Order: sequence, then structure tokens, then C-alpha cells
Amino acid sequence: MVTLNVNGSTHSVDVTPDTPLLWVLRDTLNLTGTKFGCGEALCGACTVHLDGAPIRSCSVPASAVAGKRITTIEVIGKTAAGRAVQEAWLALDVPQCGYCQSGQIMSATALLARKPRPSDADIDAAMDGNICRCGTYNQIRAAIQSAAAHLAEGA
Amino acid sequence: MNGTAAQSRREFLRVTALAGGGLLIAVAVPGVGRLAEAAPVDATFAPNAFIRITPDGEVTVVVGYSEMGQGVLTAVPMLVAEELDADWSRVHYEQAPADPVYKNPIFGMQGTGGSTTVRASWQPMREAGATARAMLIGAAAKRWGVSPADCRGEAGHVVHAGGKSLPYGALASEAARQPVPAQVKLKDPRDFRIIGKSLHRLDTPLKINGSGRFGIDVRVPGGYTAVLARPPVPGAKALHWNAERAKSMAGVRAVVEVPGGIAAVADGYWNAKKARDALDVQWDLGANTAYSSEDIRRSFAARAQHPGLVARHDGDVAAAMHGPHAAKRLEAVYEVPYLAHACMEPMNATASVTADGITIWGGVQAPGAIQQALAAAFHLQPGQIRVTTTLLGGGFGRRFGLDFVFDAAFVSKAIGAPVHVMYPREDDMRAQFYRPAALLRFEGALDAQGAPLALRMNTVCASIAKAAHMPLPDGIDSAAVEGLTAFPYRAPNVQVEWSESEPPYTVWFWRSVGHSQNIFFVEGLVDEMAIAAGKDPYEYRRELLGGAPRYRAVLELAARKAGWSSPPPAGRYRGIAVAESFGSYVAEVAEVSVGDDGTVKVHRVVCAVDCGRVVNPRIVERQMESAIVYGLSAALYGRITIEHGRVRQGNFNDYPVLRMREMPRVEVYILPSTENPGGVGEPGLPPLAPAVVNAIHAATGKRLRALPIDTNALKRT
Repeated sequence: MVTLNVNGSTHSVDVTPDTPLLWVLRDTLNLTGTKFGCGEALCGACTVHLDGAPIRSCSVPASAVAGKRITTIEVIGKTAAGRAVQEAWLALDVPQCGYCQSGQIMSATALLARKPRPSDADIDAAMDGNICRCGTYNQIRAAIQSAAAHLAEGA
Repeated sequence: MNGTAAQSRREFLRVTALAGGGLLIAVAVPGVGRLAEAAPVDATFAPNAFIRITPDGEVTVVVGYSEMGQGVLTAVPMLVAEELDADWSRVHYEQAPADPVYKNPIFGMQGTGGSTTVRASWQPMREAGATARAMLIGAAAKRWGVSPADCRGEAGHVVHAGGKSLPYGALASEAARQPVPAQVKLKDPRDFRIIGKSLHRLDTPLKINGSGRFGIDVRVPGGYTAVLARPPVPGAKALHWNAERAKSMAGVRAVVEVPGGIAAVADGYWNAKKARDALDVQWDLGANTAYSSEDIRRSFAARAQHPGLVARHDGDVAAAMHGPHAAKRLEAVYEVPYLAHACMEPMNATASVTADGITIWGGVQAPGAIQQALAAAFHLQPGQIRVTTTLLGGGFGRRFGLDFVFDAAFVSKAIGAPVHVMYPREDDMRAQFYRPAALLRFEGALDAQGAPLALRMNTVCASIAKAAHMPLPDGIDSAAVEGLTAFPYRAPNVQVEWSESEPPYTVWFWRSVGHSQNIFFVEGLVDEMAIAAGKDPYEYRRELLGGAPRYRAVLELAARKAGWSSPPPAGRYRGIAVAESFGSYVAEVAEVSVGDDGTVKVHRVVCAVDCGRVVNPRIVERQMESAIVYGLSAALYGRITIEHGRVRQGNFNDYPVLRMREMPRVEVYILPSTENPGGVGEPGLPPLAPAVVNAIHAATGKRLRALPIDTNALKRT
């Protein structure tokens, strides 16, 4: 049994302790918004927040994050930064196939929560671990800048 | 398309009243007489319809094409909504099930690929919308006792010249009883209100909050997950494996042998993958362990010394090559490796095989092919194969493959329960569905003015058409020579030949297919000719494209927007390339710098496209940019290598793709056109690699004739 705090709720899940957090989210808790891409922390599709910081859930055993605050794409819109990011994504029509976008949004939200006015270099550093095969990088960059501007206006 | 237009209206459109009083319009595709003339009311929710209008005025467009990022769930509804005069804010999409009524008229079966969706839908979907509008107008005119000619559609209402107005929803059930018009008049494009606008994509909202359902997200009650141990070498046979150890592991339900390999079936992916890894399969590797990429390359090069099947033959190449007007001779060998698609969502599918049929859920490009192939393999009728197409986490041609669908069906049948077959990333990368490796041997002669006099292009690659069970007219795979046979530059003597290669790796459709290698070859060669002629590569092309105005127009636009006539920023160099593919014309200028260590940085790509009439300009721009990124990943890094019959690469560490910090600025310019639509998903790709390689030549004087780009060769020593 592993006890996890996911999106504000506590779940006791019966999984082998080495099960990566990703598969607990997807297969046990049915939170399928977080995606599997590589299994090796190479692509960022599985990005979630652990106490607010982005992690690759495919490569973190569930047992290692017991008791910590896990946030997924399903509720990220409840935070100011998450909502701003989603609205910017919508306004700029960022997604194409959309598969990587949960991870992109989680990385972008974590960046803005930490650094409300990121430079291009900050964006590169924060987003370089998130692959998009549709090639939406320029739109992602523009949407992050737009979300940052909206957050600054609202502040 | 002409056949479609020629169909009689009555054969073409079927209309049914919806239970609850809606209107449903179905467009029958030629050769498919499947819809009942008067479907019973309780059958109106059967999935052979394209438009649904409910009494509350919501319009649903049922889309038979697969959404893999290219925007079909928006573009197809736009076509319908335009002629329907719908209120766009009340237009929704629904993904169609597999049914012959959703046949892609270009393919003759339900499938999405070849940049065909808008081309295939342009006429029939607008006619479907216009038919619905005519019937709504007929219903309103009848109710008002006025002439239909005095009524028009406007933003979801029928409006009478006298000022009366009724919303479509209020007319839906009466409209369903109107006769189907024998003919409908489509709008003059000048009156388009929806087509041509950068409307927001309809599928974005569910792609920003995790709610979009991809194949990997399908959950069927009572279902399991399976991961397979697959042959590491094509043709390898499993001799024995440790099923007992796997079955003793947590959550494991079964270990079964299926044609695709040995499947570990368990509760959830992690248990299934661990059990798969514990199977410890011993393989008889068979006859294919001798293959290596280097051997394959050598065999291709040897093969290219011999004549191939002639796919284009203009003039007399041999005579001209050695004749009195040949002022300069050129020879070159170009080559490209196998490429994986590396979709973000690894291959996967869910199947439930029961006594009365098979249900498949997944991100698939060819529901029609799935019906046919599974029916044949499982001795069922195609109608017994139900396919629910989800969103696709990337397609690029890969999801036209049926391997993962068959795996799911065989495993489900073996265990008697629904099953989701998942490919770990390494299985996806090594599944041996690759863009063909290819090698082209070129011989050419220029005349005294430097213009092409004689060109012989002899390419060697495996046949995608054979892999996909498609015809080879005159024995030639058009996918192997497309882009070569279309050589558009003025040249009196041109010969294109193809030799088929045999290595056992399955070659497959990969974004832009044969153009992905052949335009790299041709546009590199044209650059070489320009330089041999002492001419500017842009001017040289422009002059030789005098008889190809659509090529020339995009070439000029790209050059102008890129500032070709003025010097690039210090340290940067430009290359240009142009191509037609899938009915669209694209020119690209790449602005590149090369570091002392050979590192190539692409700073900017300027793209000009003529894709005929544009349905949604933003989607066109994004598809061009998407193909540029996909092409740049391949040009910089893409390579599948074979060692002792095994695929070396497995994940994004050894099959790198472009990331955020490497992303160039991309500018896309759309050339206004009144031609019918061309494709947009793929045509942005072919010119990218040659534009970059031509820019590298401008920067370094080094001509790269192989992909991916060899940075070692570019080091300044």
C-alpha cells in the first residue's frame, strides 16, 4: 500500500512499490490526462507537479512521493498560473495532436509560478525537456509569454 | 473527385428524420449504396450521417477522418458550416465510427493520410451543407407560404426577404420531410463567411486539460493491459520463454503466444511490462542477423550501378550526355537512412473479440483497412468489425499500420477478455515500420549556358506499395519515385529509374512519403547544377521554372520574404528549395550558421505555400511549421541503424528530435489561389532538408549528400 496525495485527495493504492507514479495516476486512479511518452524521463509527456515543482512521473516510484502534494493536468486550471496558461493555449490554438500538451502545460505552469516574467532563456531551460513532435514550440513560447503578461496585469 | 461530383444528387444524399425531431444528412460516397432509402426513426442515430441538427439548433458534423493534429475536426465542419450558413458557435464535431459511408473517395476506403482530407471533403461536404440549407429553406418557405427563392440562410437561421426569420432548430423536423434537392448550388467563393477564416480549432479545449481521449486512454470494463516480447530481428521465432515466472508476478493474468510475439497480460501497464521483461524469451534469430546498415548501403550502391525500371523517360539521356552539347558533366550519390515516426503516443490499441465480432478502440488512420483486414483474418464480415477512432497522438503515416491493432485482437481472442496492447517506446521505435532507406545515383550534363541538358536519376529503395498491398502500375512503386518523376525544371533529356531493394525491414508511409527523400535529392542536385553553372541558386531555379508557374510563384515569394537579394545577418547563410507534393507547392529558405565544431543552427525558415483555396489559414500555417520541425528533426538527427539485424535506436536519447532551444523562427506566407485545395499536412516537409543542406553549402562550401547532417564533416580543422 502506498498513500498518495493527488489533487488534494488522499488515496491509498495497492501497487508494487516500484510502480512509477505515472502508472498509478493513469491505471489506478484513472487520471489519464498525464501521458506516457518514453518511460525514461526523456520527453516530458508525463510531467506533473510535486509540491509545485515539475517532475517526470514515469521515472519516479510512487513510494518515493508518498505524502507529498501531487498535482496533475486535471486540476491545474484551479491555480492562477495554470488558468492563465490554459487560456493562452486556447487563445493561440497551441495544440495540434495534443498528446504532449498536458506535459507542456504542467512545465509552463511550474515555470510561471516560479518566475512570473520568464526570459526566452528561462523558457528554453524550463521547456527543453518537453518534446512536441507536431512542432508547436514557437506557439508554446508565445503562449507562455502571453500568460505571463496576463498574470502581470492581474497582479 | 470528378466521379463524386458526377453522382446524381439522389444517390448521393440521404436524409432522415431524427428521433426527437432533428435533421440528418448523409452523404453517400460513390459505389456505396449502404444507406436505407428511408431509415426507420430508431435507426437515425446509426453512424452513417454527416450532419445532425437538433431541435435546439445545435449542429453536429460527423467527421470520418482521423484527427492527428492536422485539424480535420475543424476543417471538415467548416466546409459543411459554410454552405449550411450555420452559426459557427453552435457547430460541433463528432468522430465517426468505421463505416463504408465514410470512405475517403480518394482512397476508396475510410482512411486519413496523403494530405487528402480537405481535398476529399471539399466537394461532398460543401454539398452536404448546401443540401441541408436548401431543405431548411424549403421547410421555412412552406411554413410561411412564400417562395424558397425569397429565403436565405444566415448564421443558423432561415431569413425571408420580408424580414421574417426562424432558427434552424425550429425547422429541423419539418426540413427532414422536405424532398432532397436534385441539385444544389454552391456558393460563389466571394460569399464565403467561414471558409478562409482562421477560426479557432474545435478540439483545443479538450487538449489543454487532459480530457481528450487518445487510444492510450481507452478503458474497457474487465479489460487488461498487454506488453509483448517481440522478435528482435525480422523473422525471428520464439523458441522458449519463462511463462511461469511471469505468471507468478503481481497482477499478471496470462502469458500467450500470438503472431506478434509473446504477450504478458496483466492489470495495468507496469505489471504487464515487468512480466514481459521477465519472460526471458530465447529466440531463433533466423536468417536476417547478417544485415547491417553499412551492408545495406553497400548493396544499394552496387545496385544503383545497374539500370532500374524506367519511371520517366524524356528525350535521349545517353545520347545527350555524351553528345556535342554537353559542356559539363556532374555525378553524385545521395542517400538517406531508415527513419522511425516516433509519434509522441507510442503505438497501442484496445480490442474486444467476442463471438459476434471485434471491437477496436484506438488512434488509427485507416478504420476501413482495419475492417477489411480483421474480417479476413478472423473470418468475419467487415460489418462485424467495429472501430472507435480516438484522437491520435501523432500519426505521420505510422498509424496507417495495422500491427498494433492485430496484436490487440489476437491477444483479446487468446484470453477471452478485452485487452489494451501497449508498445513501450523501445518497441515502438523498433517495430520496423520505417521510411525507406534510399540511395540515388545521379549523372548529369549541363549545356554551355549551364542549363540541364541530360539528367539520369537512378534510385534504390524498398517498396512501400508492396508493404501496403497497393498496386504497382508497370511494376513501379510511385512512392519510390514521386518527386523525381515530377522534376519540374526545364530539361530536354530526363530519365528516372527505380530499383527495388530487398532487406526485410518493413518500409512505410512517413510524412510526405517518397518526397521526403526524393526532394532532398533533387533540390540538392539542382543546387549543385546552379553552382556548377556559376549562377545564384535562386535565380537558376527561377529561370528554369518558367514553364511551372505555381512552383515559380512560391519560389519568388519565399525568396522575397527571406530577403534573398540582400545579405543575411553576419555569420548566417541561406539555402533555398522548392517542391510540389500532394497538390500543393512549397518553397522554403533556411537561414543557417555552422559553428567551428560543425554544429548546425537553423535560425529562421521562410516558407511560401500555394495550397489552392485555403479553408483555415492558421491551420495551414501551423501545418507548414509542423512539417518544417518534423523535417528538421530528420535532417539533423533522424537515423535508424541496423546492426546484426537488430535496430539500434530505442528511445529519444539515441533517436533525438528537435527541442525548444533548437527551434528556428518560422514564417509562413500563403499565396492566394483560386485553385481547388491541395494537401497541407505533408507538403511543408520536402523542401526543408535541401534548403538547410544548401545553406550549409553556402556557409562552408561543403556539399552534404547524405542525411542526417554529418557535423563531423563540417568541423573546421
